[in-house]
Amino acid sequence: MKRIYLDHAATTPLDGRVFEKMSPYFMDVYGNANSQHSFGRDAQKAVDQARDQIARLIGAKPGEIYFTSGGTESDNWALKGVVKAHKNKGNHVIISKIEHAAMLSTARELEKDGVEVSYIDVDEQGFIDLDQLKKAIRPTTVLISCMYANNEIGTIEPIEEIVKIAKEHGILVHTDAVQAMGAIDVNVSALGVDLLSFSAHKFNGPKGIGALYIKNGIPMDRLISGGHQERTRRGGTTNVPGVVGFAEALRLTKENMQKDNEYVASLRDRFVQRVTAEIPFVKLNGARDMAKRLPSNADFSFEYIEGESILFSLDMDGIAVSSGSACSSGSLEPSHVLLAIGLSEEIAHGTIRFSFGKENTVEEVDYVVDTLKATIRRLREMSPLFNLKGEIKDV
Amino acid sequence: MYNEKVMEAFKNPKNVGEIENYDGLGKVGNASCGDIMQITLKIENDVIVDAKFKTFGCAAAIATSSTATQMVIGMTIDEALKLTNKKVVEELEGLPPQKIHCSVLAEEAIKAAIEDYQNRKAGKVTPDKIDMV
Repeated sequence: MKRIYLDHAATTPLDGRVFEKMSPYFMDVYGNANSQHSFGRDAQKAVDQARDQIARLIGAKPGEIYFTSGGTESDNWALKGVVKAHKNKGNHVIISKIEHAAMLSTARELEKDGVEVSYIDVDEQGFIDLDQLKKAIRPTTVLISCMYANNEIGTIEPIEEIVKIAKEHGILVHTDAVQAMGAIDVNVSALGVDLLSFSAHKFNGPKGIGALYIKNGIPMDRLISGGHQERTRRGGTTNVPGVVGFAEALRLTKENMQKDNEYVASLRDRFVQRVTAEIPFVKLNGARDMAKRLPSNADFSFEYIEGESILFSLDMDGIAVSSGSACSSGSLEPSHVLLAIGLSEEIAHGTIRFSFGKENTVEEVDYVVDTLKATIRRLREMSPLFNLKGEIKDV
Repeated sequence: MYNEKVMEAFKNPKNVGEIENYDGLGKVGNASCGDIMQITLKIENDVIVDAKFKTFGCAAAIATSSTATQMVIGMTIDEALKLTNKKVVEELEGLPPQKIHCSVLAEEAIKAAIEDYQNRKAGKVTPDKIDMV
């Protein structure tokens, strides 16, 4: 069976050129980048080059790039590191309600330790409420964090505006750019943020490697104690092949960004257009202005049916998507993002995220729409809600 | 996460639909937690001769609905009242732990349908248990 991958927001395939670049660093250049001998120096050289390249590509200085194991670690570190290092100033942070679990569960952990957290609402398209954000600022606020682009609904947040507000009050700003980095030409200097998380596997790089950008001079505590790696701010032997692949993946992404974005958006737009026209009782979630939405993202709620059964039906036909329902994780709670944009729990349960990538084709999009139509019809025929609402129509 | 038997029951569910002129209807669950199950029964001389379901829910909910209806056809109502979710899960050769609640729903829907049948026989009205939100 032909398989079609439409879950690029979860992870992306490794680019073959990235793999090639990484391959000598497994068996040939295997030294520990912290060793003083030639084996170590060879590895260190590759790490330095990768760091320089990544810094240049995002408008940072090499000393401001700290390698981590990925987005989750970067988010944990940003929040915990700033809070711990700014105890004299205050113990209040502000984050959006639609942050990734990496931020939200870190914030909840900090709350148990007495840190105060304000969670800012978003509107029905997922844009952060800037007025509420302004009002939430206290003299004790040490950090404002808002994701650059949302992983579920693709909405791109007004980070520049948030930075402007924060700077008026001398508050640090962190953004989780894990989803944004592959689709937006992120430049930390232009953006003005103090901290930024990103991760290689979201843009055809390897898994298990990411970074936290920390602007020079920002006091930060460590998250991972250990040796002298990363200027003694993050312990642990450097993942040399990962770092090399990370830099190459980012280079290729930036080089082809406009062309790739246009292509991926064209697939997404075709998909959205066909689904909206051909399947009744659907709702597209996220920003209506496609320019304020990740080019890869289409997030649909299908009324009267449940997301996991849509997911597994499509999976049986070889199509990989993601469900907005957290039922599979053991909780019956639908996604916090979908509830934050005002969906009812019932509608939120029937939500599927389709995230496109540059290796997808128009033929695949058409096949998915055709399969989806049949799937939705089949599941609705099985649904007692469809009947109850008296809306059996020719679908 | 699901075994092949569950996936097969989800892919090709049996007894989908609603029996016209049913003798008992059971509807349980809650749309806000993502599961509603409706089971209709045809009952002759206290023996279940047909059962059909309609389910709003995950793959496990659909698979257990299908399997439970298959299991009760041919049972007397006393036998069907003894059908536990555990037996439905055994028939499916297991469900992931977080999905066990779906099989409870199937047991409850069958019990509710039989209760409705008994109420009808006694000339009583079964109260609606569905919380439509």
